[in-house]
Amino acid sequence: MFEVKNLKYKDILYIDHLNINKNSVTCIVGESGSGKTTLLKMLNNIISPDEGEIYFNRKEINQYNPIDLRRRVVMLPQTPIIYKGSILDNILIGKKFSKSEIYDIKEIENLLEKFNVNKNLNEPAENLSGGEKQRVCLIRVLIMNPEVILLDEPTSALDENTEDLVINYVVEYVKKNNKTLIMVTHSKEIAKKYSDHIIEITKRR
Amino acid sequence: MNGAVKLSIMQVLSAYLFILILLLIVKRRGLNREKEIIISTTRMTLQLILTGYILTYILKNPNPFITLLVISIMEIFAIQNIIKRSKTKLSYELKKVVVFSMIVGTLFTLFYFILIVINIKPWYNPQYFIPLAGMIIGNSMTGISLGINKLIDGFKNQVDVIECSLMLGASPKDACKPILDNAFDSAILPTINSMVGMGIVFLPGMMTGQILSGSSPLVAIEYQIAIMLGILGSVSISVIIFLLFGYKTFFNNRMQIKREEL
Repeated sequence: MFEVKNLKYKDILYIDHLNINKNSVTCIVGESGSGKTTLLKMLNNIISPDEGEIYFNRKEINQYNPIDLRRRVVMLPQTPIIYKGSILDNILIGKKFSKSEIYDIKEIENLLEKFNVNKNLNEPAENLSGGEKQRVCLIRVLIMNPEVILLDEPTSALDENTEDLVINYVVEYVKKNNKTLIMVTHSKEIAKKYSDHIIEITKRR
Repeated sequence: MNGAVKLSIMQVLSAYLFILILLLIVKRRGLNREKEIIISTTRMTLQLILTGYILTYILKNPNPFITLLVISIMEIFAIQNIIKRSKTKLSYELKKVVVFSMIVGTLFTLFYFILIVINIKPWYNPQYFIPLAGMIIGNSMTGISLGINKLIDGFKNQVDVIECSLMLGASPKDACKPILDNAFDSAILPTINSMVGMGIVFLPGMMTGQILSGSSPLVAIEYQIAIMLGILGSVSISVIIFLLFGYKTFFNNRMQIKREEL
């Protein structure tokens, strides 16, 4: 699905060759500052490498319209971003951006319940705790139904039990719906437990 | 009605008493502002004397080229002022947008005003054209200055929010919408606020001038109402053109934020 060749970005990231398969769960691990987030952002075409190529479905990433690509390959940044408005507004904002406003309220309520966010959808999202915000942002990405989901430490603000619950659900969802998941995680245990492939990035000294 | 009372040189000089009072206060309090006060008073006096002579010449010899020359000089000064007043160094692209939005926004409003609202013949009559151009250009200048600072602040403080929206497949325009709305709002707010206080809290300069020179207050308010609407229109048009083209300069052709320019 993704192929990376001879990639170079500033002094941070060098990748000779990398393949990421379709319908698989791939975890990216490595110490902080090694370029994990940078790689994820490049797959979402939010930044471009200084040198090298990235292919998505055998086509160079720059040949896609960036907006269309980002709607198919959606990324969740590490810091949860909350927009002005209710929890529901926040969950629907991705769909609003892509002008597809059809949604199933039951599905959203179901996801909130599964992720242990016991809040009313009409409450202002600003009042949520850090962990709740993180889960709301994750639901925002899931209901967009993208082909590829890029998650940057999606559970950094969660306790171990909730973390396991959330990742377990996301992985199950990905497998059931034939999606591709690429996730940066600080936890090697999570990577080992859930991923089909692990990419370890080491920091250049 | 009679024209304005003509002031003798001695009468004008007597008004400098106020500067002497100010200098005395500043000196007594040790505020160290004497130099600035003297420089600004001298500059104001010399600039106005010079303008007085130039305007006298221009009003006596109406000529479309001179009118256009004057408005070009005003635009250049206004644009320079906007660029100088912005809190950060502007990129070359953003400067181009400032020039474009100022010229299009102010000229459109000015010509609409001259040709349709007050219907002056000939159109270049400097007695009308120059003061109206001054008010329209000056207010658009303030509007764009406010808009620029809000736009740059918005990008700096909310770059993560904009980037998150892009990651979710938003177009750059949708991703910047809250920042653009906020910048537009801040840019037109002073004009709207001044409309609220007009006639009660203060008498606007143009109206005061007309009344002093002997026009009926009823004629003066007609002009004032029309010019206020024109100013609001000019500020809105210049600022919206600036914002609609300006935000694009923060993105590259891959619709990525130019972070290095923030």
